[in-house]
Amino acid sequence: MIHKYSMNGLFIVLDVNSGAVHVVDEVVYDVLGCYKELSREETARLFGEKYKPTDIYEAWEEIEQLENRGLLFSEDIYSDIVPVLNKRDPVVKALCLHIAHDCNLKCRYCFAEEGEYHGKRELMSAEVGKKAIDFLISASGKRKNLEIDFFGGEPLMNFDAVKEIVEYARSLEKENGKNFRFTITTNGILLNDDIMDFINKNMHNVVLSIDGRKEVNDRMRPRAGGQGSYDTIVPKFIKLAESRNQTDYYVRGTFTRYNKDFSKDVLHLADLGFRQISVEPVVASESEDYAIAEADLPEIFEEYESLAREMIKRKKEGRDFNFFHFMIDLTGGPCVTKRLVGCGSGTEYLAVTPSGDLFPCHQFAGREEFKMGSVYTGIEKPEIRSAFENCNVYSKPACTRCWARFYCSGGCAANSFNSHGDLISPYEIGCEMQKKRLECALMLKACENAE
Amino acid sequence: MKHIKTLNTRLLQSTVAKGGCGECQTSCQSACKTSCTVANQACENK
Repeated sequence: MIHKYSMNGLFIVLDVNSGAVHVVDEVVYDVLGCYKELSREETARLFGEKYKPTDIYEAWEEIEQLENRGLLFSEDIYSDIVPVLNKRDPVVKALCLHIAHDCNLKCRYCFAEEGEYHGKRELMSAEVGKKAIDFLISASGKRKNLEIDFFGGEPLMNFDAVKEIVEYARSLEKENGKNFRFTITTNGILLNDDIMDFINKNMHNVVLSIDGRKEVNDRMRPRAGGQGSYDTIVPKFIKLAESRNQTDYYVRGTFTRYNKDFSKDVLHLADLGFRQISVEPVVASESEDYAIAEADLPEIFEEYESLAREMIKRKKEGRDFNFFHFMIDLTGGPCVTKRLVGCGSGTEYLAVTPSGDLFPCHQFAGREEFKMGSVYTGIEKPEIRSAFENCNVYSKPACTRCWARFYCSGGCAANSFNSHGDLISPYEIGCEMQKKRLECALMLKACENAE
Repeated sequence: MKHIKTLNTRLLQSTVAKGGCGECQTSCQSACKTSCTVANQACENK
C-alpha cells in the first residue's frame, strides 16, 4: 500500500508498510497511479500526450527497483506481533495522577468538567500519591523508565502533595532500579518563582495551557468570575519557558469551531517567543456549539497547510519553532510494535483519581463503568484491561485500510468511545485531521531534505 | 535516481526484531492528552 499526495509543489509518496518516504517527479507520481493495474506499455500509451515514452520507462524502472528493495508496495508483515505482545505479562509504566479534581479556571470545553470529572471537587492526598508510586513500582516489572504526570483539574492547587510525591518517588528510585520522569500540566494561574524552581529541578516536561490570542484564550478559558486568564499567565509562561532554555516544555492550546483560524494562534504563541508549541483540536460531543464538524474540515486543512508553509518561511529566517503535531521522527522514531498498540491506555498507562481509583486514562476518569481497581487493591477488573489490550491497528477494521495507521496507531480510545460508544471505531473527523497533519509533517521533512 | 529521491528513514521492518522493549515515553504524557500521537516518540533502544 502506498499513499501519494501533492503539497506545496512537491509530489510525496509514502510506502505505508516500510515507512519509506519518497519525493518524486510528476512522471513517477502519475505512473504510480496505475502501476499495479497497467503494463509499462499501456502506461506509456495512457500518458502519451503528457510524457515521452523514454521518461515513462525510466520512471517505471526506478519504481521497480524500489519495489524490489522493499521500499514501495511492501507487504504488511506485522500482524503476527500482536498475539505475541498480548501474551506478555501485563506491565504498567506510566500514571496520570489527578492531583486535583478542582480548578481555578472555568474552561468551557473542559473534558474534566471544570476539574470535577463527573464527581466531586477533591484533592489527592500525598498518601494516595505515594501509594500510586508503590503500585507503579510493583506493577512495572522490569521496565526502568517510569512516568508520572501531575494532571488535574489544576495541579498547582495541590502543589504540596506534588512535592511530597516527587520526593517519595525519588527516594525509591535507586533501590528499585527505576528512573522516574515527571511531567506537570498547568494553567499557570498559581505559578510563582518557587514553583518554577521546583518544576525546573524535577520535571522532565511541563505543559502550559494557553489557547493563543488573547480574545481566543479568554473566550474559552475564563476565570471563575468570568474575566480572562491571558494577562495573568502569559508573563509567567514566558518566564518559565526561558528558564528551561526553550526546551522540555510545551505551550499547549485547544482550538474549537470558534477559532478555526488556529494557525494565527500558533503563530501568536511563536511571536510571544515560545519555541515548543502544541495547539490541538477540541474533543467534544457534536452537540456542543464549539465542536468541530465535518463541514469545518476543508478550512482546518487549509489552516494546517498554511501553518506548514509559514514554518518553512520562518525557519529560513531563523525564527523556527516546533509544532507538536507536525513533529515526526523518520530516522529514530518508535518501533513498529509501539506503532501497532499506540498510547497504552488501559494497559501500560493508567489514570489515578484523587481517591486512588484506577481508570484506563485521564479521559475515562470518573466513568464508573471503566473503574479498573485502585492503588490500594491493584487491578480488580482485568476484563477492562483486556478490552484495551485488544485495541490495535489490526483490531480496528477502518485502520487496516488506512495509510496513516502506523503513525496514529489506531487513534485515541477515548475519542472512539466518545464518538461511537466503543473502543475500536475511530473518530473519523479526528482521523481526517490526523492524516492532514501527517501529510504536512512529511512535507516539512521533504523540504528539509531538499535544502 | 533521476526521478525519485528517497528520504533517510529507519524502515519499519528493521524494528521488528528488537522492538517492543517499552522503555519509550507514553505518548499521551508528552503534550497531547487528547489525540494519539505516536510517530514523534523517540526510541530508547537504538
